[in-house]
Amino acid sequence: MTAARLLSIAKRLGQTLPVLAGILVITFLLTRALPGDPAAYFAGPAADEKSIAEIRKSLGLDRSLPAQFLIYIGQLAKGDLGQSISTGQPVVTELFTRLPASLELTLAALTLSLLIAVPLGVLAATRPDTWVDHLCRFVVTAGVSLPTFFTGLALLYVFYYLLGWAPAPLGRLDIIVLPPTRITGFYTIDALLAGDFATFRAALAQLTLPATTLALFTLAPIARMTRGSMLQVLASDFVRTARAAGLPGRTVLFTYAFRNALLPVVTTLGMVFSFTLGANVLVEKVFAWPGIGSYAIEALTVSDYAAVQGFVLAMAILFVALNLLIDIAYTLIDPRIASEA
Amino acid sequence: MRRRNFLAGSGAAVAGANLIPFLRSSAAWAQGAADTLVIATSTTINSLDLHRVGTNRPSYQVTVNLYDRLLTFGTKVTADGAVVYDYTKLKGELAESWKVADDGMSVTFKLKPTAKFWDGTPVTADDVKWSLDRAVSLGGFPGVQMKAGSLEKPEQFEVVDAQTFRIKFLRKSKLTLPDLAVPVPFILSAKVGKEKATEKDPWATEWFHRNPMGSGAYKLERWDPGQQVVYTRNDAWVGGPLPAYKRVIIREIPAQATRRALVERGDIALAFEIPSKDAQELKKAGKAVVVGAPIDNCLHVLCPNLDFAPFKDKKVRQAIAYAVPYDQIFKQAAYERGVPMWGGKSATPADISWPQPFPYTTDYDKAKALLSQTAFKDGFEVPLSFDLGTAEWGEPAALLIQEGLSKIGIKATIDKIPGANWRTRALVEKKLPLHLENFGGWLDTPDYYFFWAYLKGNLFNSSNYDDAEMKALIDETLHMETSDPTYAPKIKRMIAKAFDDVPRIPLWQPFLDSAMRKDVAGYTSWFHRQPDVRFMAPNKA
Repeated sequence: MTAARLLSIAKRLGQTLPVLAGILVITFLLTRALPGDPAAYFAGPAADEKSIAEIRKSLGLDRSLPAQFLIYIGQLAKGDLGQSISTGQPVVTELFTRLPASLELTLAALTLSLLIAVPLGVLAATRPDTWVDHLCRFVVTAGVSLPTFFTGLALLYVFYYLLGWAPAPLGRLDIIVLPPTRITGFYTIDALLAGDFATFRAALAQLTLPATTLALFTLAPIARMTRGSMLQVLASDFVRTARAAGLPGRTVLFTYAFRNALLPVVTTLGMVFSFTLGANVLVEKVFAWPGIGSYAIEALTVSDYAAVQGFVLAMAILFVALNLLIDIAYTLIDPRIASEA
Repeated sequence: MRRRNFLAGSGAAVAGANLIPFLRSSAAWAQGAADTLVIATSTTINSLDLHRVGTNRPSYQVTVNLYDRLLTFGTKVTADGAVVYDYTKLKGELAESWKVADDGMSVTFKLKPTAKFWDGTPVTADDVKWSLDRAVSLGGFPGVQMKAGSLEKPEQFEVVDAQTFRIKFLRKSKLTLPDLAVPVPFILSAKVGKEKATEKDPWATEWFHRNPMGSGAYKLERWDPGQQVVYTRNDAWVGGPLPAYKRVIIREIPAQATRRALVERGDIALAFEIPSKDAQELKKAGKAVVVGAPIDNCLHVLCPNLDFAPFKDKKVRQAIAYAVPYDQIFKQAAYERGVPMWGGKSATPADISWPQPFPYTTDYDKAKALLSQTAFKDGFEVPLSFDLGTAEWGEPAALLIQEGLSKIGIKATIDKIPGANWRTRALVEKKLPLHLENFGGWLDTPDYYFFWAYLKGNLFNSSNYDDAEMKALIDETLHMETSDPTYAPKIKRMIAKAFDDVPRIPLWQPFLDSAMRKDVAGYTSWFHRQPDVRFMAPNKA
């Protein structure tokens, strides 16, 4: 059983290799196909043809495409993703500091939204057309229809500008607090590991508004999927049988119905996670969050090849890992899947 | 309540601040709150070394605040109370005194004997030579800017003795000394530079990119790329009066709405570079002080490109200059934060002030009449391009111009060009038929502006204007002393030609505005358009 599972994981990992190779080639070509000339851009305000040519040479852009690609692959093999010209830092360093910031924000938002959406969805499904169901519908509609930058700005306006409850939106930590010693890169976790509760609270306070903004946005698909899948399962034969057999309502609901309803919810969760990680650019901008989304957008607008390639590669690896995790989660929820694989 | 005492309590973040010694250097961080200045900028600082390839404009402020130059400019107060730099007043920063040789072909500087780098080593003429050699040798923008001051070759820089330094001129030029006061020729420690230099990187750009070593008013405390730069005061600074703030935090806050909320709430001292719309609103609301002044030698202009057939005809260009709804643009794109550059009284300039209003107004009849005298009397189609990076003013201005042109039968289609693409297409290839441009010259003389913007082949002449008389006038005046009796007549002729030929149609001279908390003062407007934190101080009034 375990051996079979390990084998299936190894197989899946093997399948991802050609995918990653394809992504490497495509991002390399796509970034080169972007309009715009990074050399001209980075030559600065008063550069002439000669200085642009100098910069093109120093960026290695005067070589042929295949030559550039070989250099890129060679560097990649050594774990070097190149130097981002727009931020002046090695891309690896940037990803290393920014990815945890985005992950912390996204995970906090998803946790928050799970805590609300799943119970809400379950309640709505068990009591269709009552006030809970209407509330669920309202939250879902509001969640998808309000753009995140608007929710972000609105929350900021009320809780920071008008009421003064939220801390100044200055990024991951207030100006007076020093970041905790890096272990995971998640400020809240690192602060806890260091036993530093004040920094933990400070980091959590900064996290609250942006995480709420994102949670409002991600609530909708999760709540909807929970409700829909619960409704379907509750109407199924085995639930009817369980009820007919006189099992207590609680057992029917949680042991039989909920567990079976979880599969599509986990799938949705995976999808929501992926698009949130990429789509929280606007939230990052509003709250000055030094995350990966705003980094990628900036890099893209100035044709910063190394940064864009590094970003896409990191995301690709992340998604591969995520899909694998979800598949493993499936097998835990529904053992039949593991034996089929 | 004084908001800036955010230490006293803005939410849970600070709840434990005075109870637990939770910060590794909590004393320094917390006690310094009153001595700390927090500035929000929208842009990323990508290097601490201006000479390095790829260093972006926002990074110039690091050079301004961390390093010294031989010279700097004095300051003056304008009629509306803004403090601005004074181009006419050169002051020593590292130089105690300087003297131009009798033959006018060299200048000798005496360095301040007490000047020291942060590591305690004295600043000597060797450091100055190494730094200036570096500025002219690394190419790229620094080289171009040095060249503008006729500073081109290391052989020009000569160490006389430890405290004496000489620059030999290639030609007599009024631009040489002011060019030593722009951010580029900053003085680094040659000792550190030579230690860290490698064969591949003889000027140690990789080292100075992250590890500055200068003699300036502030030292680097930390740099978290993409987030913040923190400066600590250098108490041994001799370049000028000691700055008031012990530390300065420059935070990157990308969203303008957030920056504005922060300064209105008083959590930051200065929101640097705000859009004109916010400046206008904040000025009315009065929650923060709007500080700013017109940017010297800078114009927002509409450029008809002479490579595009219809614009070869001067009358078509003039027709366009009469079909621009200037007043509306000034209200809806500039939000009146600028100096009008239309409606000049006469076609011959009265003086040599620059920029000055061009003799055009919105007059569709005149525009139609001019156009009807040309081969393009039935109108034509033309794309009107602007840089998405400057969409704040570019978009409303372009839409209004489109509307104005449609009234004389010219059909303009709006073409938005992303930042990276803009430089290539507008300035390097110069292929945009009609576009908005906003060059500003660091050195404040009309001839300098004309050199960059009206000379064939030069970067900012995106109109491809080419005129023999203009070229001769620029060549003659560029290095000439302004006191020369033939200078003023030549400049007047130059401006008169710009009026008549209109390869660039000025819309307005922009302001650089920032929003400042009321208990802060000392904001100074500079040609380099970067915050100079050395002058900022608590507002005692």
